[in-house]
Order: sequence, then C-alpha cells, then structure tokens
Amino acid sequence: MIDTVTNAEATASDAMPYVELGLKDDEYARILELLGRRPTASELAMYSIMWSEHCSYKSSKVHLSQFGKIPKGERMLVGMGENAGVIDVGEGLAVTFKVESHNHPSYVEPYQGAATGIGGIVRDILTMGARPVLVMDPLRFGDADHPDTRRVLPGIVAGIGGYGNCLGLPNIGGEVVFDPSYQGNPLVNALCLGVMPVERIQLSAARGVGNVVVLLGAKTGRDGIGGVSVLASATFDEDGPANRPAVQVGDPFMEKLLIEACLEIFDAKLVEGIQDLGGAGLTCALTETSAAGKSGMLAHLDRVPLREATMDPTEVLASESQERMLAIVTPENLDAVLAIAHKWGVIATAIGEVTEGTRLQILWHGEAVVDVEPGSLADDGPVYHRPMQRPADLAALNDAAAPAYPQATKELLLAMVASPNLCSKRWVVEQYDRIVMGDTVLAWPEDAGVVRLSEQTGLGIALATDGNGRYTRLDPYAGAQLALAEAYRNVAATGAVPISVTNCLNFGSPEDPEVMWQFAEATRGLADACTVLETPVSGGNVSFYNSTAGTPINPTPVVGVLGLFDDVARRTPMGFQSEGATLLLLGDTADELGGSEWAWAMHRHLGGVPPRVDLAREKLLGEVLIAGSRDGMLDSAHDLSDGGLAQVLVESALAKGVGARVVLPAGLMPFVQLYSESAGRALVSVPRSEELRFTEMCGARGLPCARIGVTDGDVLEIQDVLTVGLAELRTAFEATLPALFGPLAGASPDHPSVAS
Amino acid sequence: MGVVTFPGSLDDRDAQRAARLAGADAIPLWHADASLHGVDAVVLPGGFSYGDYLRCGAIARFAQVMPTVVDAARGGMPVLGICNGFQVLCESHLLPGALTRNQNLHFVHRDQPLEIANAATAWTSAYEAGQVITVPVKNGEGCYVGDERTLDELEAEGRVVAYYVGNPNGSMRDIAGITNERGNVVGIMPHPEHAVEDLTGPSTDGLGFFTSVLESLVKAQ
Repeated sequence: MIDTVTNAEATASDAMPYVELGLKDDEYARILELLGRRPTASELAMYSIMWSEHCSYKSSKVHLSQFGKIPKGERMLVGMGENAGVIDVGEGLAVTFKVESHNHPSYVEPYQGAATGIGGIVRDILTMGARPVLVMDPLRFGDADHPDTRRVLPGIVAGIGGYGNCLGLPNIGGEVVFDPSYQGNPLVNALCLGVMPVERIQLSAARGVGNVVVLLGAKTGRDGIGGVSVLASATFDEDGPANRPAVQVGDPFMEKLLIEACLEIFDAKLVEGIQDLGGAGLTCALTETSAAGKSGMLAHLDRVPLREATMDPTEVLASESQERMLAIVTPENLDAVLAIAHKWGVIATAIGEVTEGTRLQILWHGEAVVDVEPGSLADDGPVYHRPMQRPADLAALNDAAAPAYPQATKELLLAMVASPNLCSKRWVVEQYDRIVMGDTVLAWPEDAGVVRLSEQTGLGIALATDGNGRYTRLDPYAGAQLALAEAYRNVAATGAVPISVTNCLNFGSPEDPEVMWQFAEATRGLADACTVLETPVSGGNVSFYNSTAGTPINPTPVVGVLGLFDDVARRTPMGFQSEGATLLLLGDTADELGGSEWAWAMHRHLGGVPPRVDLAREKLLGEVLIAGSRDGMLDSAHDLSDGGLAQVLVESALAKGVGARVVLPAGLMPFVQLYSESAGRALVSVPRSEELRFTEMCGARGLPCARIGVTDGDVLEIQDVLTVGLAELRTAFEATLPALFGPLAGASPDHPSVAS
Repeated sequence: MGVVTFPGSLDDRDAQRAARLAGADAIPLWHADASLHGVDAVVLPGGFSYGDYLRCGAIARFAQVMPTVVDAARGGMPVLGICNGFQVLCESHLLPGALTRNQNLHFVHRDQPLEIANAATAWTSAYEAGQVITVPVKNGEGCYVGDERTLDELEAEGRVVAYYVGNPNGSMRDIAGITNERGNVVGIMPHPEHAVEDLTGPSTDGLGFFTSVLESLVKAQ
C-alpha cells in the first residue's frame, strides 16, 4: 500500500525505519517536529537524502564558510551555492567549472561508477547554461601491483573514456596516483568546464505561479537508489564493496542529446529555471528548485516516465537514474521546449507546476505522498560542529628520521622514473580522446591542459589539478596549501594567469575527530592561501567517509586552478624544443625530502614535514613565468614537484627527444638537488637570444635564477653525477604500467611499450 | 562542402573547421533532412552516431540523409568518411569490409604516422604516393577487417588509400583507409581534420584531404 499523507496523519505514532536510511535519532526527532506528524515513507526518504552528508554538507558547512570570505575579485559572476561558480573571462564569455567525487560508486562498480561521475559533473556544468568543453580526472588508487588495483583501475579508466569519449569532450589532464591508503577506497574525482555567453547563465530557482515543471531526458529506473544517503555517506567495511544496485548506470549517448537539446532551449530563452538530476535525483531537483525560488510546487509523480512500471513513489523520488534535467517553463513556452526535445530525441514530460505558497506537494495518482516545506529539506538540515582532535600519531610521524640519503646514480634515476607515481601514464590517457572539439592546445602530459575558447581572438584557459595526500597527512594546513601552490604553478608555467579555484576535499569519516581536525586544518590552509594568491574559490565538493575498516585515507584535498590566456598561441609547453637552449632553474632548493616521492618510492617511508610553503614566492614565480610567455622568451617551462628536478629533466627531455647537459651548482649534495621537492620552483629553457633579457627580469624582480646547463643531444648528462641515454630513460619511464595492466595498443606482450 | 551531423556525431564541428581552413564553405547537413542543399562534397564525421549501440554506423546508415548521400556518391560526388563516418560508409556498402573492436579492446588515441598509398583519389591528390603523414587516431572500433579476396582486390587495385606505420588497432594488412573503384568515396579511420592547425594538431598534414577535394572539384568544372 502507498503511504499517503492522509495515512500518515491517521497513523501518526507508527514507527518508521529512519535508522536504516541513515538518519540519527535527533535528526528524526527534528523531522517529527517540522512536520507535526510522522513522515510518509516518501518524505522520510527525501529527508534522509537531503540531510545526508553528501547533500547537506552538515559536517563541513562550518568550515567551508571560510571560502566565502576570500575576496571574490571582479570576475566571479556566480559564486558558491549554485551548481557551479561562473567566472567572467571577457569577450562576452563566461566559464563555469567544478570538480566532484565519485569515489564509492567507482569502487563498487568501477566502469559505471567512473562513467557516471563524468555524466554527473557534466550536467552540473550544463545546468548553469554552459556548453561543456572539457573534462579532467584526478585519480588515486591503492598500490599499483595490488591485485584489487587490477580490478579497479582498468574499469575506471575504461569508464571515464567510454563516457567522455562518447560525449565528445576532450579529457585534457588529471592525475594518476598510487598509495596503499586508497586501497579500499580509490578516489575518482571528475572535473568539467563549460563555456557560455554571459547572458546565457541559468539559475535553478523555480518562480512564477503556473509555470510548468518539465522533466527532460532518460526514463527513471531503479538504479542508484540509496546512492548518496547510504553509499556516499558511510564507510566501507572489511568485506569490501557490495551494494551494487546503489550505483547508477550511464548512457552517454542520451547525455549528448540532452546537452544539445538543453543548449538549444537555453539559446531560445525558453526556460525560467533549470536543475540537473544527479545524486538524490528528483528529490533534490524538486526540493532545490522550489526552495531556491521560495515557491510552492505541485508534482504528479505518476507522470514520470518509468523504466519499470512497478516502481513506487519512494523509489521514483530516490532514483539516481542518469541523464535527466528538470526545467521550469512558462505555459507559453512549453510547446517550443517539447518540440526541441523531440528534435533531439529526448523525452520531455510536464510533471507539475509552480504554485502559490511555499509547500512542495507531490501526488501519486491524485493522492498526496509528500507535503513539506522545501526549505526544511534544503536549508534546515542539521549543522554539526564535530569534535576535532590532532591525530595521536602525528608528532611521531613528523619526528620520524628520514632514510639515509644515497648517491644520485643512474640506477636511482631509472628506478625513480619507473616508479608507479612518476612513470608515464600513457597507458591511461591513450584511452581518452584528448582533442575532440578541435580546441585542445595542450593536454597530458603537460603541466596543465590548455583549451582555446575563441578561434578569432585566441582567448583561452588553462586548468590543472593537484593534490598530495602524503604532504597533507604530515601537515594538513601546509598540504592543502601545497596542492593549491602546485596547481597554481602548473597553470602559470603554461603562461596563463590563475584566476579561480575549485576543490574536491576527499577525507575519511567526519565522525572521527582526527579526520575532522585534518579537514578543519586543510580548509583553513586552503582559504588562507587562496586569499594570498587572489584566487577565489568558485565551488567545490566534499567527499567524506573515505575510510575502510576504520582506517581513513590520507587526507586528499584536490585543488583545481583555472588560468586565463588572452591568446593561447603564447602558451609555453613543458618539453625542450631544440638543442642549444639555456636551462635555468628558478627558485630556491633546500634539503626538503619529508613526504617526498623518493622516500616513498624507494623506502616506503612517510615522515618528517612537507616542503615549506612560501606563497609570496609562488606568486612571484608565477608572474615571471607569465611574463616570459607573454614576451615570447621561453621555449619551455615545467614546474617542479613530485620527484624534484630529476623528474622534470626527464619529462622535459623525453617530450620531444631533446637531451640536456646539466651542471649542478655547488652547495647541496647532488642527490638533494635532484630529488628535493622544495616548492616555488620551475625549470625553463630559454633561447640564447633571450637569456640575458630573461635573467635580468628575474634579477630585477628578485627571483633566484640559476643557469644549470643547456639542451643538447640524445642523452641526459648531469656532470660528474650520471649520464643516461634518452632511449634507456624512455624504456624505463614507459614500461611500468603496461607491465602491470597489459600491453599498449599495437604492442605485443613481448614488447609491451611502444616507443614514440 | 557539407558535413552531416547524426545524433551522436562529435567531430562534425572539427570537420567543418578543416573544410573552412582549406578554403571551402562548410555547410552543416542534418541526418533527418534528405537534402544535400547543393553541396559539392560530403564529409561523414567522427563520433558515436546513435551511441554506437547496435554496431558502429549500423543505425546511421538508415538516416534520412543517407540514401541521398549514397546516390550522390554513386554519381561521383566526393564523399569522405572519417572514423565513425568510415564505419557508416562500410555499413552503407559504399566501401567493402568492416571496422571491429580494436585488437586489445581499448580505445586508443595517439598521433599516428600513415603512409599514403593512393594519391589519386578525390581526397588524397595533394599528397604523393609513399608520403608519410602524421595525424591523430582515436577510436575503440577501428580494426579494419575483410575477407582475403576483398583485401587482395583492394591492394591489387590500389584502393588502399593509407597504411598505418605501426598498427594501433590490429587492422588487417595495416589498412587505415580505402577508396571505391572510382576514387571519389574514401573512408579513413584516423582523423585528418584534427591535423589542420599547428596550434591544436600534431601537424597540418591532414589539410591535404580537404585541399585535394577542392582542387578536384575546381578541375571538374
């Protein structure tokens, strides 16, 4: 029997299964108080969804408010709170971008979990009125050679490619990181950026009594029920993944049609408000649109096109079926909207209307199954000041002595570049279309992806994402700042001016005081650093409960930085371009190997403190790199981070097969100079003709700049330290992932890597 | 030069840009409109028409525009199918053989050297036979297959337009692209339209496909 409002009133004292739906005692008591009766089954489902950690940000809200205090600057047209922030990039254009997690679904069902992660973030961008133009995927897995990584990684990569390629969105970068802390909880974050004329910005509020509520896109099925309230808001136990029906199933072709239909509808100015259906499905879309508009709404749930006729109203409300949007349309425009949907083969159904007052009423064959104040679902959810405590083991970790420093031999270099975190990620990114749409200027393995927005003027953007769980474990405040600093540096290295930040904060359980302390420190660090670097936060996402059997992941704030180009033709690539250019190391190198890739890759050692943060230096370095690009002084620029100078020399040399002869300055031992991960540094190659001009600019601005060699030949020679041929380097660099996950396309098992 | 957009076409905008950069007027054509709107050549672009759900290109061949394209092609109009468009041409029987799942089952995208084998088609006259060009390849189902007799015929008649230098997907005899007997219909798996600008491509080697057809059209006038 369907549990109607009338029934709930008649049986006001009946017990309801709120614990099973993830609600706490005091939260349920609050629902009883708000409604003045017991909730119906459908209402209970809606409260459990909307008040879940995933939807309500109940544990993070008090900390995220710091991001709102960062000066917004002049470019932010829409800030946090809408589906994604919107940034004015000039020439009448605006961009919107955001990164989100799809961690738990991707562990349970790697292909569909990762695929629908792309689908979800793309709809977030579309719903702002923008045409999605690129995606990026920061990924973190357990140990590369762990058997379960062989289950998880290929499926996730295929899912991202399968969905993104079919949608026609270039995948221009991201990260692939291995660490055992992610063994039972891989991180699958997805970023999307979209572009729109400024006047096309769409908002979600439902306003205008009598306006029609139209559901666009796929039929609603039983997939994804309980996705956000149960799957995303609880930790895994030791038995590993289960609950596969809670993962949605994606249809990228439908999403492509939905994108084209929505954009045509936006261009014709036919909608008053629009909201995507993602996690929390119709529940969230109906609630958010009516709450944002401070309007009433009446929805006929039985009009929703279903995949299975036997679904009950609670299931329809909770379904997370993909590829759906909810539009608010005036009665006059309804036919035009339906016609455009029909042209693209998209199902469009009027399911309700905006009403007087502020009640959200949902009917099932004429009987009310929901009658609530939408604001009570969307805005009156619980807010927690969770207890916090510095991790008990942190002092010991920070005091742990580093392994003894070795000689910087050729063997060490080959072992380092072959280690899973530093090796070539070709195996992964060859499965992504990086150039569809024809505007990709730089993509993997460059420091940042660069995409052209205007063929006429060359206006374009750069984007990089970075995060370092080891640094953040050792010092969450500094770790979050270092993530921002690295992404900032990556963007500046291409020559783009950093203008805005998005973030995906991946942490363990907020109910663990030590995790909550990490979260508070990391958000404080990030907010402080964004203020100094003048890069306001336009939006983001929190992913809690990344924890298995009580052990949280390394805290992993992933930070995305957006940069702007007047003309993308001036981008600086990371690879050495030709022989005879001067190599200049910018910034200061100190003995900083705490949390380093060397300590981890060679010794499985995590201890000490991360590199020192100097945001003023980051800013100065950025200014020099941007000026160098603008004035055409640079052949290449590559930021220094994981793996230090050694890694950068290898990557820049292998990019186009141009070697280098390097003379390390006197002072620090060669090992430290090559593998220290001091922040605020970059390696540039400068044509001889520009060397004086560039070094004088560094001198005038006070940026340390050391001449450390020249580009030359087909070897990497570090004088008095080591010499290695590029072919041997390339083999070591390329072989690791094919050996673990299967040969590259066109390669035989005997020759698993393809030289190119 | 017309570029057909099917539901799920993705590289249609890129083909239009390439046509424009080569000096042509790029005319968008719509799958549900049987008219070719007076164009002199047609490109069937890359993408995942109809989601590639049944078999790549298998549904697109039944689109309303396709009988017109097939008739025009039989009448000698230059038609180029790129990637998904190549699959549509095979499904439409304008070209022999079929494209199946890549040998290692993964989608692969990389910059791909190709050896031009036939520089006499409407779409390759700007090249020289034996010339090696580099254009991107990106597909999940790009493995060209045909029976032995078909492959023998294609090679004997010089109808292989380009060979892979380093086969990325297991295509039989390293075939990357083929043409019909008349040389006006060409299907190619890699993407010449993505190698037309220094800024965004690995080279500008792909532009030749589009300049070739313009030249042949001018000559024919």
